[in-house]
Amino acid sequence: MDSLQTYLFISAILFSLGLYGVITRRNGIAVLMGVELILNAANINFIAFARFGGMNFSGQVFALFVIIMAAAEAAVALAIIINVFNNLDTVNIDDAKELKL
Amino acid sequence: MDNVAFGLIVALTLGSAFVVVLSKQLLYSAIALLFTLFGIAGLYIFMWADFMAGVQIIVYIGGILVLLIFGIMLTNKISSVNISHTSLQKSVGAVIALGVLGLLIPMILNTSWYQLSSKEPSQTADSIGRLLMMEYLLPFEVASLLLLGALIGAAMLSRNTN
Repeated sequence: MDSLQTYLFISAILFSLGLYGVITRRNGIAVLMGVELILNAANINFIAFARFGGMNFSGQVFALFVIIMAAAEAAVALAIIINVFNNLDTVNIDDAKELKL
Repeated sequence: MDNVAFGLIVALTLGSAFVVVLSKQLLYSAIALLFTLFGIAGLYIFMWADFMAGVQIIVYIGGILVLLIFGIMLTNKISSVNISHTSLQKSVGAVIALGVLGLLIPMILNTSWYQLSSKEPSQTADSIGRLLMMEYLLPFEVASLLLLGALIGAAMLSRNTN
């Protein structure tokens, strides 16, 4: 149970699910949720390699940077989505084709 | 006992991750994402990364997820509740996701991973803090600049101009 491969499998499944969400969802916020799943899959990999590579804390520091980046990305993406909703009255990303109205 | 807890956490993580990407109701997706993130924090604890588990709960669940739910509720309208998923996109998405999974799983199985034995650390926050302040000082400062830029950018984008 507690082996490197187990964690890599979990993160591979999470990554594929996130990819599926990013491709199939049309709502901008749902796409963002898929991106969060992908980032979490990467974080699991970082921490698993840190744990099974002789408890090296650099992996955990990298995961910390990924979380910082995810927070910044979520804030800016939601600001953009709310702006798109105010201008176009929809959050369907297929309808957001133009930078300027 | 350990195995049972681990299996439950894995089932919680993956099961709710399925709900996140498949649920028709966006708010249900957000609630399922809560359980996925909790499960991932549990996996971190199994990997002896208790500080990261705390950060995961505080930043992801306390910050990003609340932001997502705010976004869902601010952009929801009765006419836009059911965002249609065309079947073409679903099949293409399934093919791509399963293809990636089909590439990753043989790679994980066939690679002879170089592993080192390790014992459980007595503390984690101390070592992470030392690394952040010494080895990774420049990325740490750049990350603070990134957060400042994101803060100003998000405020600029979302303020009401008229």
